[in-house]
Amino acid sequence: MRALRLAALMLLAVACAKENANNSSTASSTASSTGSVDLTGAGATFPYPIYSKWFSDYAQQTGVKINYQSIGSGGGIRQLSEETVDFGASDSPMSDDEMSKAKGGAVIHVPTVLGADVVTYNLSGVSAPLKLTPDVIAGIFNGSVKKWNDPKITALNSGVSLPNQDILVVHRSDGSGTTYIFTDYLTTAAPAWKSIGKGKEVKWPVGLGAKGNEGVAGQVKQTPGAVAYVELAYAKQNNLPTAAVRNKAGKFVLPSVAAVTAAAAGAAQALPANTDYRISIVDAPGADSYPISSFTWILAYQHQKDAVKGKKLVDFLNWALTEGEKSAPTLDYAPLPQEMAAKVKANKIASIDFSGAK
Amino acid sequence: MTSLPFEWLEKDRRRLRVEGSAVSDRIYEFLTAACAIVIPALVIAIAVAIFAAAWPAFSKAGLSIITTSDWDVAAGHFGAAPALFGTLVSSFVALVIATPLALGVAIFLSEFSPAWLRQPVGFLVDLLAAIPSVVYGLWGIFVLNPLLREYVMPFLRDTLHLGVTPFFRGPAYGPSMLSAGLILAIMALPYISAVSREVLMAVPRSQREAALALGATRWEMIRDAVIPFAKSGIIGGIMLGLGRALGETMAVTMVIGNRLEISASLFAPGYTMASLIANEFSEATNDLHLSALMAVGAILFVITLIVNGVARWLVWSVSKVRVK
Repeated sequence: MRALRLAALMLLAVACAKENANNSSTASSTASSTGSVDLTGAGATFPYPIYSKWFSDYAQQTGVKINYQSIGSGGGIRQLSEETVDFGASDSPMSDDEMSKAKGGAVIHVPTVLGADVVTYNLSGVSAPLKLTPDVIAGIFNGSVKKWNDPKITALNSGVSLPNQDILVVHRSDGSGTTYIFTDYLTTAAPAWKSIGKGKEVKWPVGLGAKGNEGVAGQVKQTPGAVAYVELAYAKQNNLPTAAVRNKAGKFVLPSVAAVTAAAAGAAQALPANTDYRISIVDAPGADSYPISSFTWILAYQHQKDAVKGKKLVDFLNWALTEGEKSAPTLDYAPLPQEMAAKVKANKIASIDFSGAK
Repeated sequence: MTSLPFEWLEKDRRRLRVEGSAVSDRIYEFLTAACAIVIPALVIAIAVAIFAAAWPAFSKAGLSIITTSDWDVAAGHFGAAPALFGTLVSSFVALVIATPLALGVAIFLSEFSPAWLRQPVGFLVDLLAAIPSVVYGLWGIFVLNPLLREYVMPFLRDTLHLGVTPFFRGPAYGPSMLSAGLILAIMALPYISAVSREVLMAVPRSQREAALALGATRWEMIRDAVIPFAKSGIIGGIMLGLGRALGETMAVTMVIGNRLEISASLFAPGYTMASLIANEFSEATNDLHLSALMAVGAILFVITLIVNGVARWLVWSVSKVRVK
């Protein structure tokens, strides 16, 4: 009897599961008409929201389907090097050493959109955005500035009453492009940070580590006196308080999509004609540039082995830098400056051939 | 296989339709043997793969991976001692909290609980094991940590004056070794209590009746007749809980504060080996870094083996005493 009841229950469960599966399969089959995937990519998680929008828009317009696994920049570089994906994606450029180990030969870096880090904080009673300089940010994050009413901070923020409260630094615990951009900026702009250096994870002198933008933001929200850096898109979507940062031109600039694109435009002017775009644009020149900004890249082999796939990849990249850029601001990503997008298409994407030669 | 050795099988033969089916017996035997071999083979394969991947780090850094505390990826220093310390301490704290609670639940359910209460309470406790660890982590961030920071930590440190000991000192942030230990305790509890409950219920009625007949009170009966009988099973359950605590990744990462430092204070943030791997693996591009993370995994593997070995030995030694 008991066994019978159990069997009936199981049947019921199977039936329910099947029904669910049917529902979801009809839902997904309306989104994509044919079954096979044309291109596969893997890599950075930071641009995943805009990339997935691009892939879905592109599939609707052209029928070419692209499967992307957001496994992290490190995984993207490794998979590209092993030639298990058609393209990779990364928040930090590949090193010369990594480039030389790639099995498919020369790798080109295609900058797609820009991201930025904001400095966010939890200070009750402080409504106007704090103003910070690179040296003060470095001081806060290396532990030499310990209190919110430290003269170094109050000197920049006259008229704001800052509490006599301990600063709690919160940083990312997981390896992340967000950390890379932030430490790259501090290494470039603040002499005091040189000893700590830059990387996707660094040895933090003080503070707590939290996982992901959401973990960091959650910790800051809960802890009075906390300060942290998070991704611009995340900060905007969650209305976090953000600090204005003094840029190279000496102006305090609030983070915004326009200020980040301005940073790219400022940095682009100094680029040599034959640049490979493996460049850092932190602390970029220009009066309106927000200084803690960076590209994110799609990585592809210059000599594609499969002409059909290679052609599809080139078409997609051209589409992304033309049509795709337009939808970037809706998801709080900064698009490339138009002039630069044109140069990337002409100098980099056009250089992809289908010889497959090493 | 003309006659099966077990009486009950003999009796059930007709119902199970096994007569004259030597071939199906063979197939069955083969299948079960295959299952029995595949699992250990898998474990060995995993061990070999991990150690092979960890070898570059071991050959370069040697045992300094577990004896030094400087983890600086940019500089190529990989000292994971704080993570090893954090894994052991957080799991120990978890067991200290979970074991008495779980045993209390198990003893109540098997000895004192009215029948109508036993099922629902047991079910709810078991359900704790089915909650995804990321949910525990979120609960830790949004409920447990604020509670610890606002109330529990100040109470322990100032009201109870436990701040005079090194274990409850320092500023109360919330994310801490204590927080990780508490989360792990809740996660390990259902394993310990479920196993203990089943083992306690399996103690023969005659054992209890004999104790009562000798004039024992109910508590004496449990202490002297039931628990000794179930001891090996209970230890097994505790070790199962410990295994859960040692390997738990997500929930701990979310509440422990991820700071690579050895501190005596339970209020201080810490790190565990599993968290270290989870945090850094996906963005590790440098070969040595990757290998160092694998080495941390290999060490965790060895610790788990040791724990299981100790559990086996404990169960074995306890049951031997009982038989004697």
